[in-house]
Amino acid sequence: MSGVRVLVGTRKGAFVLTADGKREKWDVSGPHFGGWEIYHVKGSPADPNRLYASQSSSWFGQVIQRSNDGGETWQPVGNTFTYAGVAGTHQWYDGTPHPWEFKRVWHLEPSLTDPETVYAGVEDAAIFRSRDGGTNWEELPGLREHGSGPRWQPGAGGMCLHTILIDPSDHERLFIAISAAGAFRTEDGCQTWQPINQGLRSEHIPDPTADVGHCVHRIALHRSRPDVLFMQKHWDVMRSDDAGDSWREVSGNLPTDFGFCIDVHAHEPETIYVVPIKSDSEHYPPDGRLRVYRSRCGGNEWEPLTHGLPQRDCYVNVLRDAMAVDSLDSCGIYFGTTGGQVYASSDSGESWAPIVRDFPAVLSVEVQTLS
Amino acid sequence: MKVRVVLPPHLRKLAQLGAEVELEVDGAVTQRSVLDALEARYPMLRGTIREHGTQKRRPFLRFFACNQDLSHEAPETPLPAAVATGEEPFLIVGAIAGG
Repeated sequence: MSGVRVLVGTRKGAFVLTADGKREKWDVSGPHFGGWEIYHVKGSPADPNRLYASQSSSWFGQVIQRSNDGGETWQPVGNTFTYAGVAGTHQWYDGTPHPWEFKRVWHLEPSLTDPETVYAGVEDAAIFRSRDGGTNWEELPGLREHGSGPRWQPGAGGMCLHTILIDPSDHERLFIAISAAGAFRTEDGCQTWQPINQGLRSEHIPDPTADVGHCVHRIALHRSRPDVLFMQKHWDVMRSDDAGDSWREVSGNLPTDFGFCIDVHAHEPETIYVVPIKSDSEHYPPDGRLRVYRSRCGGNEWEPLTHGLPQRDCYVNVLRDAMAVDSLDSCGIYFGTTGGQVYASSDSGESWAPIVRDFPAVLSVEVQTLS
Repeated sequence: MKVRVVLPPHLRKLAQLGAEVELEVDGAVTQRSVLDALEARYPMLRGTIREHGTQKRRPFLRFFACNQDLSHEAPETPLPAAVATGEEPFLIVGAIAGG
């Protein structure tokens, strides 16, 4: 029988939510690693029982946890993230050079084919890889050293590499995004990278159309069309039809085009979801109404999805890694809020219900569709 | 030489330990030798007390023993005799901060 497993990272631990294919009754396990910040938990597409979790705290630094049984038990694995060579400097908030310093792992992206291989996106921005189940980590320095690194600077949340997308049709091609450097693409398995930010416009940087320096919040793709990318930028929802070589804005009739998360329907490559947030200084929904917006034509034309979501006095945020979809029919959409709710829709967004209401602030949501 | 070490609750849980751990320390009993012995026995603690590479004490942690703050002592400085004999524990304490 099919089912889903929702992996939730929060400010105070990780949780695993499970349901059968109806997605009506949920079992909740956790908190795992209670009291620690869990930036991300993700399962291997090649082995659904293999999970990786990024556990960190200001006191004790970074820990990586691995599960071989779908999150029932966990083992700490390697946590040495050392930049290759002389790390050099990037720009600090005030524009002065600042040494590259490892702070935490924001995102873990398991290989599509090998459960032992997993990528890590870290702050300060770099990409690491483990080929032994998280025991040992090596930086893939071609990204940080590709040339523009000294001009990168942090966003308000830190200079984090928060998005890693592996092209399902070509595993040597990856897309990553960094706040606030922008999006990058490799075609050769992370040896060389190029910025893919043409068409982005960011008014808060000296050259609004610069090749790097854009605060990309999240990018997403549909596995059947890896040349089509969708982006939630700091402001603006963007689309590329040429694997990031050029971007065009598709914010259309959104009430605000600021936001963090973006995702694509599992079966409809032109159906995308965002959660508009009022502004970069007011991180809550406009008018106190929590609305997911859906476009069924790849952008520009958006409809609010509100049934089951609070439509008054709601001032939560939905962070960049806190939305995911399952691949059941019909497609399930999930997102978590900084107010501790995890909402689920089992009908592509038409209606919503909270799975839980009172978690710690949600940092990330991932979904595994189980058969 | 048996040395007693008390860890903060989060690290006890990470290493699946009780309130106190006893360690066999070879040679001089110093911050470094105690922490080396601790990390050798519980590798999951590597990087959580001292930073990888520099081996510096993480800034939100302090080292206490015998009513003294030893946080700023050199890592090679011998710990008090009462710690070396196991009479008093070596305390690794997390800062009281945050929410």
